[in-house]
Amino acid sequence: MSGPYGTMAEKVLMKGNEAIAEAAILAGCRHYFGYPITPQTEVAAYMAKRMPKIGGTFLQAESEIAAINMVMGVASTGRRTMTSSSSPGISLKAEGLSYLAGCDLPALVVNVERGGPGLGGIQPSQSDYFQATRGAAHGDFRMIVLAPASVQEMADLTMHGFDLADKYRMTSMILADGTMGQMMEPVSLEAPEVKTYDKSWAVTGTDCKRPHNIVNSLYLVPEDLERTNFERYERYRTIEENEVMYEEFMMEDAEICIAAFGVAARVSKNAIMAARAEGIKVGMIRPITLWPFPKAAFKKAAEHVNTFVSVELSMGQMIEDVRLATECARPVVLCNRAGGMIPSPEEVLQRIKEVNGGMTK
Amino acid sequence: MTVFDKPKSLTDAPLHYCPGCTHGIIHRLVAEAIDELGIEGRTIGIAPVGCSVMAYNYFTVDMVQAAHGRAPAVATGVKRADPSKIVFTYQGDGDLASIGTCETVHAAARGENITIIFVNNAIYGMTGGQMAPTSLPGQITQTSPYGRDVATQGYPVKVCEMLSQLDGAGYLERVAVNNVKNIKNAKKAILKAFKNQVEGKGFSLIEVVSTCPTNWGLTPEKALEWLNDNMLPYYPLGVYKDKFAEEAAK
Repeated sequence: MSGPYGTMAEKVLMKGNEAIAEAAILAGCRHYFGYPITPQTEVAAYMAKRMPKIGGTFLQAESEIAAINMVMGVASTGRRTMTSSSSPGISLKAEGLSYLAGCDLPALVVNVERGGPGLGGIQPSQSDYFQATRGAAHGDFRMIVLAPASVQEMADLTMHGFDLADKYRMTSMILADGTMGQMMEPVSLEAPEVKTYDKSWAVTGTDCKRPHNIVNSLYLVPEDLERTNFERYERYRTIEENEVMYEEFMMEDAEICIAAFGVAARVSKNAIMAARAEGIKVGMIRPITLWPFPKAAFKKAAEHVNTFVSVELSMGQMIEDVRLATECARPVVLCNRAGGMIPSPEEVLQRIKEVNGGMTK
Repeated sequence: MTVFDKPKSLTDAPLHYCPGCTHGIIHRLVAEAIDELGIEGRTIGIAPVGCSVMAYNYFTVDMVQAAHGRAPAVATGVKRADPSKIVFTYQGDGDLASIGTCETVHAAARGENITIIFVNNAIYGMTGGQMAPTSLPGQITQTSPYGRDVATQGYPVKVCEMLSQLDGAGYLERVAVNNVKNIKNAKKAILKAFKNQVEGKGFSLIEVVSTCPTNWGLTPEKALEWLNDNMLPYYPLGVYKDKFAEEAAK
């Protein structure tokens, strides 16, 4: 098929943020709402250019809060819709994320992370891991969290995210560090296969032919609210069983296992190659779904790995999931930079050598 | 011969509102407008947070329950998703003029083709009678127990007056439901606000000055008197803007 970049199956050079936008359009998203914030504004700029040409909606909302609620409006009608932002903006969207969960509405939300807390900085970070995987907002709920490590994955996971959102009636979040949004790589974009999902719950107008549909998260009777929570978590269990994605790199004989996602995984690969050249048996598990977390892969690795090293652009957040997954059977140490800094391959290699020498703190 | 019947667009669910509350009247007027325009099958309503949160149970049309103050943003999403649908929000004063001021102002500024029914009873009802953005100077509430002191608690927000300054706002009228004459006029305004949308004209907001006997601490009858004597002088009734009529006259 032909698109703005020629034949879409051909490789084209794109920024990660643009790849997300074009992938969303290919996945059938025609309603985008956003608010400018660095380093993800290219998503909005791309949508502003493309949406009017294909009969879609681009709307620069008055606030992040309004943007997520506009998404909620479109999602209520059963159509594919998305918003994108960066860390401080995602905090503002928190309320909407909780309502989307409470109403069982499918949506895609992109967080191209920058350093925090507060206004923080504009350089890449992974310090919203807790926010994305633990508690984006009030109430018991989860989001599917996808962590791309290349521009190609920015596109692929965007398309996949829409499918998962529709399949499970919930929010899929793309959790990308600023590097992924800003860097350019060759990417091949193809429209995915169109799947259909039951959307009989959507508000489409009754046409006076059916009882009214109500999209709602209010349950004043606690027994009813409890039931919806249990039902939702039943669905979450299905997701944990079926939708885990991760990459294993040189894990067959690994004695040291790096846990890293996004740009940290790319840096770690270089460090692993250097360490292997020095005879150190190190490998990596790269979670692609941060929730559901690849618990089984880590648990299995703990059978032959001596030490785990969590390489992160934060003060250590995913490290907690590694410890939980391995049930603390082996030491898990941190190798991190924060505040917008990225660990260098040399820094990761240095940490690998320390661990190889017996350091477990 | 039937001379008075329940509008088709109202469900049979018993309203949960307090005795003497005017929400029931306003619900009826909205349902009558939907019936008369024959748009029941393609109307989608947005319920707010506040006393009318459960409005989704009372209208037969598809409904979405929005977060506090966000109804105009949710309505924007629904309308942009399918402009052939008729989308209305039903919001109280805390929802629309305090926590949702931003969403209200910008939906108006965009000239979003939606209809907003804004119920102003100068108090937070659902939470038990706290000061609202529209509470009158001197008004005693749970959170202004000595009367609203404008020196520390500021002045009420006059929504129609404020929005009338925006080029995007199309039709703004303030009505009341304290007597038969005003109710008839309120009906006319609400009908027009929906008709504007059906005709693709743009943003309409009807502010309905109403009562809260329970939290005002008055009998329903005394509450209507209090509305007349205190609310109406501060919130004069009338058309604050009708861009569509002005355009038609040109």
